[in-house]
Amino acid sequence: MPIFDALVDSKIKLILVRHEQGATHMADGYARSTGRPGVVLVTSGPGATNTVTGLLTAQMDSAPIIVICGQTISPMLGKDAFQEADVTGITYPVVKHSYLVKDSADIPRIVRESFYLATSGRPGPVLIDLPKDIGQGPCTAPFTDVLDLPGYTVPGRGDPELIAEAARYLREAKRPVLYVGQGAVISDAGKAITALAEKLRAPVVNTLLGKGAVDETHPLHLGMFGMHGTAYANKAVVDCDLIMSIGGRWDDRITGRVSDFCKRAVKIHVDIDAAEFGKIIQPDVAILGDARLVIEDLVPQVEMADTAEWLAQIARWRRQFPLKYPKQGGLRAQHVLDRLNEITKGEAIITTDVGQHQMWAAQFCLTRSNRTWLSSGGAGTMGFGFPAAIGAQFAHPKKKVWAVVGDGGFQMTCSELATATVNKLPVKCLIINNNYLGMIRQWQEMFYDNRLSGADLEGNPDFVKLAQAYGAKGLRIRRPADVDRVLREAQAWDKGPCIVVAEVVKEDNVFPMIPAGASLAEMLTEKPKHRLEKPSGST
Amino acid sequence: MAAIALVPPIAAASRPHVHTISLFVNNKPGVLVRVSLVFSRRGFNIESLVVSAGAEGRFSRMTIVCSGNSEDLDQIIKQLAKLVDVVHAIDHTGDESYETEIALVKLFATLDSRTQILQVAEHFKAKVVDYGSDSLILQVHGPSEKLDAFIDLLRPFKLAELVRSGKLLMARGMRVT
Repeated sequence: MPIFDALVDSKIKLILVRHEQGATHMADGYARSTGRPGVVLVTSGPGATNTVTGLLTAQMDSAPIIVICGQTISPMLGKDAFQEADVTGITYPVVKHSYLVKDSADIPRIVRESFYLATSGRPGPVLIDLPKDIGQGPCTAPFTDVLDLPGYTVPGRGDPELIAEAARYLREAKRPVLYVGQGAVISDAGKAITALAEKLRAPVVNTLLGKGAVDETHPLHLGMFGMHGTAYANKAVVDCDLIMSIGGRWDDRITGRVSDFCKRAVKIHVDIDAAEFGKIIQPDVAILGDARLVIEDLVPQVEMADTAEWLAQIARWRRQFPLKYPKQGGLRAQHVLDRLNEITKGEAIITTDVGQHQMWAAQFCLTRSNRTWLSSGGAGTMGFGFPAAIGAQFAHPKKKVWAVVGDGGFQMTCSELATATVNKLPVKCLIINNNYLGMIRQWQEMFYDNRLSGADLEGNPDFVKLAQAYGAKGLRIRRPADVDRVLREAQAWDKGPCIVVAEVVKEDNVFPMIPAGASLAEMLTEKPKHRLEKPSGST
Repeated sequence: MAAIALVPPIAAASRPHVHTISLFVNNKPGVLVRVSLVFSRRGFNIESLVVSAGAEGRFSRMTIVCSGNSEDLDQIIKQLAKLVDVVHAIDHTGDESYETEIALVKLFATLDSRTQILQVAEHFKAKVVDYGSDSLILQVHGPSEKLDAFIDLLRPFKLAELVRSGKLLMARGMRVT
């Protein structure tokens, strides 16, 4: 309460949300779209525990957010006071760092450290648990810029010897692949990576979170690889003789079965977090440092590699296995997203939720600039997309911001329609509505004899009416012929939030697909005729 | 002394994949929880953990003996070093550090067994620190393996309670602990 009271006279803009989880994803969307930390202020007990999902989401994807939680007065700590929860205890595994403030005089130092820790090195969430009496002050300690963190170092440039070694490997490679992850987005390494790719004439692939670092329409870019990546990107990774991860962490969604992953290829790993080296993959060269600085130092040391035959092979794969979807048989999510890509021309910020729509959006919505693609990758948090778009729209009032969500995830945080409406945010939300938890249904169809269990979202509301009930614009796409008209209408609408509901075919599957735990070489480009083994990998 | 010859010695091999790690950390609340979470999340068992103030009050020392899959140890050290409150984390397994530990052993000792127990104690340079009519407390120090052997020799008697300090370790010479 004392902090909310102080905010009345402050220059800090307070945005009242409807649920604390929504607040964390908004702060996350703000942070990912700008690189600056988003700050969340919540009350104690349940208010604080509602931020746990948002903290995990930010931790897994290295997003800088700061969560300040109210807490009971310090003499009551540990006595089961009203709305008391051991929030630092609950959140240890999902924060980069946290503080329980015991003395008002520590507040300036802790706030300074929190912002530094959240945004530097490998970014991540920081939590400050602030008992009410401590927050009330008085605090006479001066603001400080002095940082005294003896256990914390931020890597910068890479070791020149290791960079030279990487350059030697790259010069010798005949079939190199540059694999771009979230670290490249965070360090804004896109320009340097593009220069490296062009100089080497090496193809580029990115992870779900690496989208945006390098222009996906660049001729050397093969799009996303991994579980639902493009066939040509996955084939390139399977056949490469060198793979260089730039800010990627060899996630199980992209390596498939690790023992089969790029067995004979040289592996170079650039990361700002030393704990990523050898966690999944043992690299031949591990360069600790900021992705942009490392690649900038590497570019002058490489020469044009002899990759003509390799690029020709990739071009054949591109022709042979293009991304495709049926043009008949009703409204398809892929068609809607293909058109969204065309209509937004890569100039919009696109956020997604988690599931089939996310993978289709990743396949068809090609990013052209950094920090324009915001998606929950590591945590796979349903309910992320819409509030993240609200956060991004607050940060970029002039930009078009589209959330692409499913009917399942949207309902987890749709109460934030009120936040968007009351702030007159022109944020757009495209609901790919198949009345299913579509990815669950796909797995049950493919691996569990189509025995559907807990996947049918019977009871969904009419989303257009729901939008209207909140005072937002609601539009519907029923037929393929409606797609362009409705998307353009939504794109032009600037008086407040606009919800577009695409009533897509109920049963559609995302391809290509690599079953969880299988090797990349076992990629399926269409539904197989035979029954598949239950996947051995996670989820 | 027959009992001594009959008890098979406990060799290091019966405790596979045991590692000793030293941590230099900020002396702040919550550090111990953050450290122990790194171990428990990766299925490592902490066998002993000693925390004490460092030479400067703002830092603490931790000596941790743990067991688990050797391949994961490297990752655990890195995850420990990554914690903001950990200044450094060093794996001392197999290096030439000075190590010691203290054990207190309480035995219910009858007049018959007392002589044999004291013979064992003398052999291990253990001190009798409590001498009651029905019980004895022995204090012994030295490398953990020596303590293991001592305790195993006493098991045939009525070993009532055992308290061990956990291993203490310091790197020799100019090397950092």
